[in-house]
Amino acid sequence: MTTTRSKVTIKGTKDGLVFIMDDTCSFDELLADLREKIEHSHQQILTGPLIRVTLKLGKRYCTPEQLEELTQIIRQKGNLVIHTIDTEVISKEEAYAELSKTNFLIEARTIRSGQVLEFDGDILILGDVNPGGTVKSTGSIYVMGSLRGVAHAGINGDTGKVIASSSLQPTQLRIAEVISRPGDEWVNAKGVAEFAYLEDGKMLVAKMSYLHRVRPDFGWKKAFGL
Amino acid sequence: MGIAIVVTSGKGGVGKTTTSANIGSALALLGQKVCMVDTDIGLRNLDVVMGLENRILYDLVDVATGTCALQKALINDKRFENLALLPAAQTKDKSAVTPEQMEEIITQLKREYDYVIIDCPAGIEQGFRNAVSGADQAIVVTTPEKAAVRDADRIIGLLEREKVGMPKLVINRVRAHMVKSGDMLDVEDILGVLAIDLIGVVPDDEYVIKSANSGEPAVMNHESRASLAYRNIARRLLGESVPLLPLEEKKGVFSRMRKFLGLT
Repeated sequence: MTTTRSKVTIKGTKDGLVFIMDDTCSFDELLADLREKIEHSHQQILTGPLIRVTLKLGKRYCTPEQLEELTQIIRQKGNLVIHTIDTEVISKEEAYAELSKTNFLIEARTIRSGQVLEFDGDILILGDVNPGGTVKSTGSIYVMGSLRGVAHAGINGDTGKVIASSSLQPTQLRIAEVISRPGDEWVNAKGVAEFAYLEDGKMLVAKMSYLHRVRPDFGWKKAFGL
Repeated sequence: MGIAIVVTSGKGGVGKTTTSANIGSALALLGQKVCMVDTDIGLRNLDVVMGLENRILYDLVDVATGTCALQKALINDKRFENLALLPAAQTKDKSAVTPEQMEEIITQLKREYDYVIIDCPAGIEQGFRNAVSGADQAIVVTTPEKAAVRDADRIIGLLEREKVGMPKLVINRVRAHMVKSGDMLDVEDILGVLAIDLIGVVPDDEYVIKSANSGEPAVMNHESRASLAYRNIARRLLGESVPLLPLEEKKGVFSRMRKFLGLT
């Protein structure tokens, strides 16, 4: 008789039990071993007061149906409550969904007359926005080129967003509900990167290096609290 | 297999037909087999500019609908060895031809000719889609006016979706003295916005109007500066590297250049 390595390792911690699932065996083997442990070999540990359980799946990807099977087996024991399910892998769709939550679009082209680029989040354009072209976003807009068309940031009403460009010569700028035309309220300096922002409901333009002072909370690291 | 080049602009009146006629003629003068196709159905002009109006028997719509064979509709220009014109119909409108039919006709022509020059109508509707459908390359014509540049930008945006690759730019009707005084956009301003490759700058020249009225392409005259500009565009299309003409006609320099080219 060959001794096979246990597929399910149960460890006790001060927060309850941790079930560490082997991620190299087949799912059926795993199920069999889990059933064996729960129903037979580990009876004595698994009775008594309520115990919190953490499932660690490792690098195994489980479909919702498979997860349901695992939890069913554990739930047979009335005193085991599944607290968290830990996994190191996610499906592509979940990854894309996660990625789109960061809401950042990089567009390497020129937005020409008659073209409209609309996005739910921040936009970085590697190219120009020509007169007659429009960029709209719920977030901020950054143009690594000349902004000569129309840019509308914070279309859902977020007044904290900005519009930045290496050469800010727009036909019109809009942030949330505020509309501004160059020359009206501000004149831009030639040849330096600038950004437009709202302060007390008025649109102002400043040099790029001033951004961190006006919007100190900008940037991913700060957004994720890292 | 030849190359089909569509000449387009978006805005009307910037010189698409004149540019098509002159580039086509200049390519023919350089020894290429050229066929020009007028796709401005209902408002045909290319035949008038080429002085071939009285020789039209059949037209593009006849070919597309199968009324006559392609060869029968082609008009051979007797002034050139190898230049032909496929005229547009004057009685129908743009919807008389579909993009698929155009593509088929252009493919047939490419087998026979080195260059197929397609004269596109103004606008961005069906006429434009027809003209672009068979093209391999595109030439965008603009004049140094804001409205024309804006429309050229729109057209370039639409061409990005077609299989014509990066279009080339012709800036037409540039007036040196107005550019100098700052009253006209200069070449750099236009290129700054459109950001595509420049293939030629054509100076404003009364001779172009005169030649269009007399039905003789301007390139047949060696005196005109516009003519030289058009011939240079044709040479650049053939892959030659030709420097841009100086915009201003300096007496001494220009007559020396003409002498150098052996034109006097």
